[in-house]
Amino acid sequence: MSRQLSNFPGGLHLPGHKELSVGEAVAAAEIPNRLIIPLHQHIGAAAEPLVEAGQKVLKGEMLAKAKGFVSAAVHASSSGTILAIEDRPVAHPSGLPALCIVLETDGEDVWCERHPVEDYHSLDPSALRNIIRDAGIVGLGGAGFPAYIKLNPGARTAVDTLILNGAECEPYITCDDRLMRERADEIIAGARIMRHALQASKSLIAIEDNKPEAIASVREALERLDIDDIEVVEVPTRYPMGGEKQLIKVVTGKEVPSQGLPLDIGVVCHNVATAAAVHRSVELGEPLISRIVTLTGGVERPRNLEVRIGTPIEELLPQAGGLSANVERLIVGGPMMGFTLQHREAPVVKTVNCILAATREMDASRGPVRPCIRCGACAEACPVSLLPQQLYWYARAKDFDKVQDYNLFDCIECGCCAYVCPSNLPLVQFYRFAKTEIWSQEREKKASDLARERHEFRTARIEREKAERAARMARKKAAVKGDQGTGDNAKKDAIKAAMERAKAKKEGAGTQPKNTEDLTKEQRRKLAEAKARREKALKDQAPNGASGGKEEK
Amino acid sequence: MLDMLTAILAIAGLAIVFGLLLGYAAVRFKVEEDPVVDQIDSILPQTQCGQCGYAGCRPYAEAIAAGEAEINLCPPGGENTMLALADLLGRDPIALDEEGKPQPKMVAVIDEDTCIGCTLCVQACPVDAILGAAKQMHTVIESECTGCELCVDPCPVDCIEMKPLEETIQTWKWPYPVVVEQRKR
Repeated sequence: MSRQLSNFPGGLHLPGHKELSVGEAVAAAEIPNRLIIPLHQHIGAAAEPLVEAGQKVLKGEMLAKAKGFVSAAVHASSSGTILAIEDRPVAHPSGLPALCIVLETDGEDVWCERHPVEDYHSLDPSALRNIIRDAGIVGLGGAGFPAYIKLNPGARTAVDTLILNGAECEPYITCDDRLMRERADEIIAGARIMRHALQASKSLIAIEDNKPEAIASVREALERLDIDDIEVVEVPTRYPMGGEKQLIKVVTGKEVPSQGLPLDIGVVCHNVATAAAVHRSVELGEPLISRIVTLTGGVERPRNLEVRIGTPIEELLPQAGGLSANVERLIVGGPMMGFTLQHREAPVVKTVNCILAATREMDASRGPVRPCIRCGACAEACPVSLLPQQLYWYARAKDFDKVQDYNLFDCIECGCCAYVCPSNLPLVQFYRFAKTEIWSQEREKKASDLARERHEFRTARIEREKAERAARMARKKAAVKGDQGTGDNAKKDAIKAAMERAKAKKEGAGTQPKNTEDLTKEQRRKLAEAKARREKALKDQAPNGASGGKEEK
Repeated sequence: MLDMLTAILAIAGLAIVFGLLLGYAAVRFKVEEDPVVDQIDSILPQTQCGQCGYAGCRPYAEAIAAGEAEINLCPPGGENTMLALADLLGRDPIALDEEGKPQPKMVAVIDEDTCIGCTLCVQACPVDAILGAAKQMHTVIESECTGCELCVDPCPVDCIEMKPLEETIQTWKWPYPVVVEQRKR
């Protein structure tokens, strides 16, 4: 342990509950009869479908391509037939439906043609990023930001450190822990590819010290593969250590600026599962079609499953032994940052790391809500050094200017403030309400600016058309008036000129044929013969009468 | 005597110079319009619907600036607009009219089978959001429609309907938390 670790403010020591699901090795989940694959599983624009209903697809085939810069492709998680592209319920706090590709699996699970890269060192970083982009890889820690963008530092910054985030700080979740224990080689291979894409000078894997097996596994793999340029950093167990900015602060001692990106301080942070997915996409040619999901809480057999993207969540529950009797609701994500699932037929998407069955006892542990007593416990717990109490008052009063003055948008919604609140106030809900309300107002402002622009343009256009019509009328009027007075001289002149032109043309015609140039010898000879014949005929006719001249014409 | 004269001349000279300078500046940097009108106009939702009784958002903004209109006449803007106007102008907030209660955001939808292509709605649309030509089917560009309803009345075959804009995952907002606070006795 040579590295000097720093610290972040606030944070909590939470009961982990990780022992529930961590014991069993990751098993492959069953392939469902129908996969429901949403087009929008990431931050950014929804993917654009490339297939249509009735089409047969193979496992790994691209179903929809990334649209725009911030977007990610979507692939068939198994082989089968596309049934429809339609609105289906998805895992989102709103419970609203979204456009999904419904794929009926044929059970054969046949791969499409894969194109593994033999030696990624020979590719330049941008080609590597394109592979990762087309493989549809997004941040698998939960946020779902397209990974290739975070592997593209641009010309402005040199990347100093690549951090692989294996902290997994939220209670109950063990999918990254299992991944590090079982597939450390894949994570390491992915880390090397990412490092090449970023041209980063250092790379390290940060793991919370409550996962000694994972740490040992990664260390063992590094030793076995004889790799000494990736460091394993053991970080203390404290929620939210896995927050990107918190982890960077602890590992490097540097703070990401407010509203800034880790890249601003030369750091890039990726989840360990993202690294494994990058390895699979580049070195095996496999796009992101499955992920490890923790099924835990009130299920009979808590465990981790490797789940195909698009598997309905309700079909996973029997594979974890089914729900206990006292389960009230399902949470997507962990108990701190997750949200309640509204429709159990919603599919697993790339960002779903955990399905937590919340029992009545878990939900009842929070007491009744009481008024804020201004104790300040929330401010002490906040890992971003915000003033949650002030944010609460202003969000509650819908004072959206003030709430932004108190840096609402630096809030990571970790839930520490609400956890420690002795009055049990649902603080994070107020912040989420304020954030979405502000975004909505911004959208409305944009729409009204556009409407103003269009209205002004229309008004100007109508004015211009009116002026043009008036000018045209004025011209016409002047012309009509002119006919009776001075104007008809011009008309007469025009007629006269036209008559003269016609006359001149008439006179000019007939005297000299215009098509006598460029004739061949043969044609000239024939012409001369015809002329001679005509003259001879004329001579013969001349004594007989004067009609010849007329005929000649 | 001479000192006094010099002083008077100097002051008079300065007065003339500054007078000319100010006069020039007044012409050169003339403010075309009352800037407060722009500020009011930027708060209004720009639906151009005329529900306030004025010909559009800008005329209403001018009327407010002139003190001729109340600040609670804009139904599309609702309470937020009224409060923003009260804040900007230092006036007291007033409750919205009974009929001025905000409604869900709507868009016009043309029943394309019924449309006879008369172009009356195209002419009525204040933001050029309807596409169509004479004797050709018309359609509304949904993203540009402000939901002002001005196209509904002119239609001779009643084929335009106002439909509420459907909420999507992108436009969804977290609801205001319902908190029932219990006080300890």
